[in-house]
Amino acid sequence: MIKNNKMRELELYVHIPFCVRKCAYCDFLSAPAGREVQEAYVEQLLREIRGSGSAFGEYEVQSIFFGGGTPGILETDRLCQVLTRLKQEFACAEDAEVTVETNPGTVSEEKLCRYLEAGVNRLSLGLQSMDDRELSLLGRIHTWEQFLDSYGAARKAGFENINIDVMSALPGQTVESFRRTLKKVLALEPEHLSAYSLIIEEGTPFYERYEGHPELLPSEEEERRMYYDTKEMLAAAGYRRYEISNYAKPGYECRHNLGYWERTEYRGYGLGAASLLGQVRYTNQTELTEYLKGNTRGTSEPLTEQAVREEYFFLGLRKTDGVPLGAYGAHYEELIKKLTAQQLLEERDGRIRLTDRGIDVSNYVLAQFLD
Amino acid sequence: MAAVDQSKIRNFCIVAHIDHGKSTLADRIIEKTGLLTSREMQSQVLDNMELERERGITIKAQTVRTVYKAQDGEEYIFNLIDTPGHVDFNYEVSRSLAACDGAILVVDAAQGIEAQTLANVYLALDHDLDVVPVINKIDLPSAEPQRVMDEIEDVIGIEAQDAPLISAKTGQNVDEVLEQIVKRIPAPSGSPDNPLQALIFDSVYDPYKGVIIFCRIKEGTVRKGTPIRMMATGAEADVVEVGYFGAGQFLPCEELSAGMVGYITGSIKNVKDTRVGDTVTDRERPCAEPLPGYKKVQSMVYCGLYPADGAKYPDLRDALEKLQLNDAALQFEPETSIALGFGFRCGFLGLLHLEIIQERLEREYNLDLVTTAPGVVYRVHKSSGEMIELTNPSNLPDPSEIEYMEEPMVSAEIMVTTEFIGSIMELCQERRGIYLGMEYMEETRALLRYELPLNEIIYDFFDALKSRSRGYASFDYDFKGYVQSELVKLDILINREEVDALSFIVHGASAYDRGRKMCEKLKDEIPRHLFEIPIQAAVGGKIIARETVKAMRKDVLAKCYGGDITRKRKLLEKQKEGKKRMRQIGNVEIPQKAFMSVLKLDDKK
Repeated sequence: MIKNNKMRELELYVHIPFCVRKCAYCDFLSAPAGREVQEAYVEQLLREIRGSGSAFGEYEVQSIFFGGGTPGILETDRLCQVLTRLKQEFACAEDAEVTVETNPGTVSEEKLCRYLEAGVNRLSLGLQSMDDRELSLLGRIHTWEQFLDSYGAARKAGFENINIDVMSALPGQTVESFRRTLKKVLALEPEHLSAYSLIIEEGTPFYERYEGHPELLPSEEEERRMYYDTKEMLAAAGYRRYEISNYAKPGYECRHNLGYWERTEYRGYGLGAASLLGQVRYTNQTELTEYLKGNTRGTSEPLTEQAVREEYFFLGLRKTDGVPLGAYGAHYEELIKKLTAQQLLEERDGRIRLTDRGIDVSNYVLAQFLD
Repeated sequence: MAAVDQSKIRNFCIVAHIDHGKSTLADRIIEKTGLLTSREMQSQVLDNMELERERGITIKAQTVRTVYKAQDGEEYIFNLIDTPGHVDFNYEVSRSLAACDGAILVVDAAQGIEAQTLANVYLALDHDLDVVPVINKIDLPSAEPQRVMDEIEDVIGIEAQDAPLISAKTGQNVDEVLEQIVKRIPAPSGSPDNPLQALIFDSVYDPYKGVIIFCRIKEGTVRKGTPIRMMATGAEADVVEVGYFGAGQFLPCEELSAGMVGYITGSIKNVKDTRVGDTVTDRERPCAEPLPGYKKVQSMVYCGLYPADGAKYPDLRDALEKLQLNDAALQFEPETSIALGFGFRCGFLGLLHLEIIQERLEREYNLDLVTTAPGVVYRVHKSSGEMIELTNPSNLPDPSEIEYMEEPMVSAEIMVTTEFIGSIMELCQERRGIYLGMEYMEETRALLRYELPLNEIIYDFFDALKSRSRGYASFDYDFKGYVQSELVKLDILINREEVDALSFIVHGASAYDRGRKMCEKLKDEIPRHLFEIPIQAAVGGKIIARETVKAMRKDVLAKCYGGDITRKRKLLEKQKEGKKRMRQIGNVEIPQKAFMSVLKLDDKK
């Protein structure tokens, strides 16, 4: 791998805010939309990208991520066109990681072949569960069967780096059914697994349904069991947990997401997409109609030195490798001493990382890095 | 100013149940008698504290003088003395009534007589006031004036068939009220030449004039230079100014003579010298006896007030001192709590008074407070023969030194529609009430009489009463005296450490129940820690209830990618912010609101 050391690293993100149907727990900026809107959106996306690369002459793109929504529902040509445009605008590393997120049932083998040809080299599939009843309670559009078809098609097309999303603490889920999901998924040997526990977010149908009704969801004990099962079963299958909810076979860590936790600069395109450039965080326009009119810019938030320091820790400590203390060590000396004594944090060779116990209560630990 | 013709003076007050329209009627009277145009009138002139307007209650007595040109062509001076509207201020009410010669009784045409109506009317009749009934809110669709008139006659026994039917809101028939004031309320008596005898019914502190005494001249005359003495407190002063009350302003005049209502100033520094109920006399020519009815106001309810931020302790002291300038009933002394640090043990007339002071400290003085559970004054009789008045549970002597204890009782009247009699009786029973009797006001309503321990009603009795009667019960009480009682100190241990600020005195029979509820409540209030936290209730070292706050074993944010960072930061900040409002006790962080939330323990809704 040849890396030009003079170049600064940059990650690119493209937001596709469309899906076949919005899942009942989803609070992302995404909604179903007709062909015409999707067309207009891609046109605007292309306009937003055009010329924007000129400011990044000294950067080299390490990764491109199409997230959503369900980017896979775009016309294949259109998605490829966006990718091509990005590659024209930016200097991309030869081995850049290019991910498309998609849902089972929205991709065919043919489509996937076209992705590969255009340069996509990583696929992220939202499975969530192998239990069709759990899937339907979540409001997912696919079944386990359909997932298997899509996964098979991806392998057949030649994808060698596939992520599968699974979720625990789902309505109707039991410790047993979750284990079945993990077993079935592990049997497929994906390179990467993201394992989340369901969070009931305000403003979603799930919030209406479940907030204040913990009895309708797996109990705390069950939830914790699922969480530990994930850890144990994936470790036994040879996956390394490299971040709180992310597991990979050696060498298959998601570089794009690592970038977020390591505070690599990133440029986001599309509705509501976020960027971190210099020490300023930008968020694009979040109103679709405005975005389509070409008013793509949203808010910008220059980060203070304090905010940068805090982010460095609350993001960096999400990685199981932790972060080097560097110049910040002195500032948090007391806190680190305390958390180390509580066995929530380990310090070794100038790096700190969360212990297993620290990961379990990471919110509690990370919040303390805010001044 | 020429001598005032006594026969043209009417000194009166308005009594009513809360929300029956007392203040609105007062406004209309002021407006109709031309003191202010309606445009100048801020709604409800007499309630001039922001808090009073918000809560729709009168806290301090307010007084206004207006001139009314009656149908007989004569001009009459009306002194309207507005009385506080809450049982906490019963003594103040009684002194205000003593300053009047008559009372207008306002009854809501839809609701009829309520508990406070009765209490206030009886108080007025006790002071030999002529009571003029008025039926208000006849503009309401649910108004039943005839039923209410009959009720007034049946229940109170005063003539009500010619009561004016009014709407204070619209002003309808308010003129009739004015005429009845002239015709049915007697003119004052007393001679301007007798030795001075004036009743203090309120006083306020003014930074320029010193204390301003509100008084009713019963006998004699007072003017600038009169050497006065307060007969109970012994305080002396020379009068600097006398005058009467405009709307929200003081209007100086030459003299006040028998029958008049007005104010006196004399460079008096402290309202403690001019206690409500005291008699002002001329120290060179004193009256033979003070007016009857003076008593020193006793604090009935005590609690600890602590600044949330320990550094604000001096600010809290300053604020309390300032409030006390105007409120002789507020008492405070410094105390220290292991859990809460430096603060004050404060005494109040009742729970409303407590809440008002607390709110004023928070709003007007911008203080963030932690309040401990309010308690009453217990009498602890020690084997040594000594008696202590216990205001802070932490100071309870060792049980081996205690011979017996006494607690204050009140006699309570609860007015309730018949369908809720059962549940209200059950409530009183739970609160150790002694049933005294029940009278039917009419077919659908009854008046329940109970003797209740004060400590059972200061917490959430009123809320419980309202919720168990769907808001239909009304309540009034009067302090009765002390009785011997089996009392114990209930201690709360959090992570095996006693938290002094959570201790309270409770009847032995309710200790178990209260302890259990306290533990349950605290379990909900205390956030999870990295370790398990036992919460225990104990009496005399013996654990009687226990709950456990489970250890936090998982607190993970699943996703955190590029677009979520700002949001996740806010989440973490919120978590961090929450910690700031905590009190550290041993290894445990207790949210400040936990100290208050344990007051609301009624579980029947």
